[in-house]
Amino acid sequence: MSTKRTVDVALGTSGLDEQGRPRRAPLTMNEGGTVTTLEPPPALEDALELEGEHMLINLGPQHPATHGVLRLVVELDGETVVRCIPHIGYLHCGFEKIGEYRQYNQIIPWTDREDYLNSIGNNVAFALGAERLFGIEITPRCTVLRVIAMELSRIISHLVWLGTTCIDIGAFTPFLWAFEQRERVYELLERWVGARLTTSATRVGGMAADIPAGWMDQLQHFIKTFPKTVDEIDRVLTRNGIWVGRTVGLGVMSADEAVNYGLSGPMVRASGVAFDVRRDFPYLDYETYDFEIPVGTNGDVYDRFLVRMEELRQSTRILTQAAARLPEGPVNSDDHRVVLPPKSKAMSDMESMIHHFKQVMEGPRPPLGESYVAVESPKGEKGYYMVSDGTGKPVRWRIRPPSFVNLSAIGKMVEGHLLSDVIAINASIDIVMGEIDR
Amino acid sequence: MGLTARPSDNLARQDASAGAGESWVATRLDFLVNWGRAGSLWPMPFGTACCAIEFMATAASRFDLARFGMERMSFSPRQADVLICAGRVPFKLAPVLRRIWMQMPQPKWCISMGACASSGGMFDNYAVVQGIDTIIPVDVYVPGCPPRPEGLLYGILMLQEKVKRERMSDTALRNEMDPDPKSGLYIPAQAIDELSEPFGNSVHQTRSGL
Amino acid sequence: MSGAWPIAIPGSAAPDAPAPATPRHLPNRGGPANPSADAIKARFAGAVQRVEVIWGETSVFVERLQLGEIVRWLHDDPSQRYDYLSDVTAVEYRDPEQPLEVVWHLRSLPYRRFLRLKVELPHDGKTPLEVPSVWGVYKAADWMERECYDMFGIRFSGHPDLRRILMWEQYREGFPLRKDFPLRGRFSRAEQLRQALAANPEARYSMEELTVAQAFEDLPEAMRKRLSGGERTGE
Repeated sequence: MSTKRTVDVALGTSGLDEQGRPRRAPLTMNEGGTVTTLEPPPALEDALELEGEHMLINLGPQHPATHGVLRLVVELDGETVVRCIPHIGYLHCGFEKIGEYRQYNQIIPWTDREDYLNSIGNNVAFALGAERLFGIEITPRCTVLRVIAMELSRIISHLVWLGTTCIDIGAFTPFLWAFEQRERVYELLERWVGARLTTSATRVGGMAADIPAGWMDQLQHFIKTFPKTVDEIDRVLTRNGIWVGRTVGLGVMSADEAVNYGLSGPMVRASGVAFDVRRDFPYLDYETYDFEIPVGTNGDVYDRFLVRMEELRQSTRILTQAAARLPEGPVNSDDHRVVLPPKSKAMSDMESMIHHFKQVMEGPRPPLGESYVAVESPKGEKGYYMVSDGTGKPVRWRIRPPSFVNLSAIGKMVEGHLLSDVIAINASIDIVMGEIDR
Repeated sequence: MGLTARPSDNLARQDASAGAGESWVATRLDFLVNWGRAGSLWPMPFGTACCAIEFMATAASRFDLARFGMERMSFSPRQADVLICAGRVPFKLAPVLRRIWMQMPQPKWCISMGACASSGGMFDNYAVVQGIDTIIPVDVYVPGCPPRPEGLLYGILMLQEKVKRERMSDTALRNEMDPDPKSGLYIPAQAIDELSEPFGNSVHQTRSGL
Repeated sequence: MSGAWPIAIPGSAAPDAPAPATPRHLPNRGGPANPSADAIKARFAGAVQRVEVIWGETSVFVERLQLGEIVRWLHDDPSQRYDYLSDVTAVEYRDPEQPLEVVWHLRSLPYRRFLRLKVELPHDGKTPLEVPSVWGVYKAADWMERECYDMFGIRFSGHPDLRRILMWEQYREGFPLRKDFPLRGRFSRAEQLRQALAANPEARYSMEELTVAQAFEDLPEAMRKRLSGGERTGE
C-alpha cells in the first residue's frame, strides 16, 4: 500500500475495512487515477428501494392554509395524494358540556364563539330553537330584524371565505377588499348591538336591542354600494386563467355522494342538489322573500366559488326586501315568563315582579320536551337540538355543525389530486374549526 | 402602563442612561438594536378562534399592522419574532403551542391575545388550558373577547416599549426556562393549579342546583 | 365540462304537497305526525316502542337491535327515501332512572320530511352501551358516530374506525358529556396539562393510525419492518 488515497488523508483513517472494501464512499480512486465504482455497501441498497415509497406528510395543526387548527396527514406518491386523513379536535372547548350548566340566555354568548364568522346568525338560530322549546312566538318586527341579521352574517362569512381562499390560492388583494367590506358590516353591527364579532344579539323571545335611529339609512347605503365590490372581485377572479386553472375539476363530489356524505350548504348546492334549508324547511318567513338559490353542475371547487359569489348577491337582494318591509312595533315578545318585564311593571305589579325574580334567579324555564331547529348558515345546515327537563338549564344542548360533516368528506375529495390542490379543496369547504370541534 | 392614553416613545430615550456604569457606546447600541427589533417584529399568528379573525382585521387595510412593521406574517416559527396567541387553546393543542414556542429562536416575545389565551376566558371546563402562561412565558396580555383591533394595537405598542427597554447588559434576559424533565411542566404544578382556580361566580354556577 | 348528473330538486317526489312554510303555533304535544312513523310501525311490527310528537317534530322510539334494518329500509324504500342523515347524537338525563337515548335525525329531501329515531339504553347494567352503526347506509355517520363514542362512550357496532375524534386518543379522564363527568374534569389542572403535554398527538404516526388508515399494507416491506420495530416517523 504505497499510495495514500486522498480520502484516507482527508478522513485520517484507513477507508477500507477488513475485506478491503471501502467503508463509506462507493467510489474509489485506483492507483493510476482511474475511477472504479464499487458495489455499494449494504446500507445503500435499501435506499434505492425508496423510490417506490410513499411519503407521509403532516400538514398542521398550525399552518396558514388550514383555516384553523386542522391537521391533515397526507400520504403522497411524489406530489399526488394517495390518501388523506384529517385530524380534528384541536379546538375542542367543551361547548356542549358547559351548555348544560348555563341558563338559556346565558348560552347565547357561547353561540357567538363556535362559528365565529357567523356569530349573529348563530344567535338567531339558537333563539329560534329556544323559542320552539318554550313554545312562544316572536313579533313581526323581530322576525324581519332577524332576517336582516342572518343575511348580514352570511355576507361577512362569505367574505372571509373569499379572502382566505384567495390568499391560499395566491391572490392577496381580494382579501383586503373583502375585509374592508366586512368592516362596514362590523360598523352596522356595532351600532346595533355594541360588538363587532361576538354579538350576542338575540335573547329568547326577542333581541338584545332594537336598531338605533339612522341605522336603516346606513344599511341602505351598504346595500347600494356593496354589489360594486362583489362585481370588482368577480371581474378579477371569475374569468381569470390562473383562478380557473387552479379550481376547475378539483374535489368533485357527485350529487348522490354529496347527499350521502351529509354535505349541506354551498357544498351540496355546487354538486347539483338544490337543498337550502330556507326554502325546504323554512323559518322566519323566508318563503315570503323573493330570492334565487344558485346551484352548480360540476361539484368542483370552481362551482363552489360561483355558488358563494352568487349567494352574496342574493343576500343583498333579501336585505333590500327585508329593509323595505320592516314593520313598526315591539321587538320583544310580551310573554313575561320568558322575557324580562319592563322595570316600571316589575316595580309595581306583583306578577311581573315574580316573573322578574324567577327569570333572574333561575332563568326562564321551558316545559318538558325537545326541539331541533335547523337554519341555513353560510356553511350549511346548522342545527341546535335542545332537550329540556323543566329546569332553567338544558339537559342537552347539541350543535349540529355543518363544517364538521362537510370536512369528513375531504378524504374522498382530495384523492388523486396534487398537494397544492389539497389546500384549494380545503379552502373550498369553508370550514370553521370553532364549529367543528366545539 | 397605568392610565396613559398612549405609550410614550420618549421613555426609551430617557431611560437610556439609567444603568449604572454603562458606557455611552453600550447604551447607544442598545437603543439601535432595540429600535430595530421593535420596529420590525415579525409576528407568528398562532390563531385558533375568534381572536384570529380580529387579528386578520387588524392586519387588513382599515387598521393596518404594516405601519408597525408587522405585515409580514411568519407562519414558520423559525423566522418569527413574536408569537401572537390569538384564541382559546385546548389541552389537545397545548403540546403544539409548546413545540412552536420552542422552535422560535431568540429573541422572541409572546403576546397573549384575548381572554381565552390569557386565562382560559369563559371556558372554565375540562378541555381548555386556563391561560397559556401555564405553558409558555407571556410578555403582554391583551384582554378582550375578542379585543378590538385598537386593543391589539395597544398591546403591540406596549410590547414595542418593552423591547425598547431591554438592555444587553442584562445577560439573563434571553435565558429560556427548561421544563421539568419528568412532568414536562415548566412552572410548579401547584402554581398551575392556583392560576387555574375558578374565581367569582363561575364556582357557584355549577353548585346552584337550579 | 358539465356534470353527469341532473339537478336534484327537493320535494320532487311529492309535487302535490303544499309549499313549505314557516311553522307557527306548534302544540307542545300532539298534532299531525310524520307519515313515516306509521309506515315504520306497519313494516316493522313490534320494533316501535312508541311515537311522540313534540313541537311538531316526530320521534320514533325503536328497538336497539332493529335500528340498522329500519334505517336501511328508510333509506332504500321509494315511499320513504330518507337520503340525508342530519345528525347522530345522544342524550343523557340528569335523572339516572331515565335511560340514555341515542338519537338519529333523518331528512328525506325528495319528500321534504324530517324524522327523529331514538333508541333507549337504560342504566340497568344489563343493556350494553352499544347500538348498530349506520355507516353502511350514510357515509355522513362516520365522524358523527366517532364523536358520540368520544363524548359518551357509546360503541357503534359495524363502524370501521371507532376511535376518539375530539379528545386525543389516549385521553384517560373519561367520556366528557356523561352526567357523572364533572365540568372541570376529574384530574387537577396541572395533571391535565401534564397528560396533555405527554400525549403530543402529532409527534408520531402510531401503529394504530397507520393500520387503521389502511396505508400500512401499501408501504414497502422495508418501511413496514422499520415501523413495526418502533421507529418514529415525524419529529
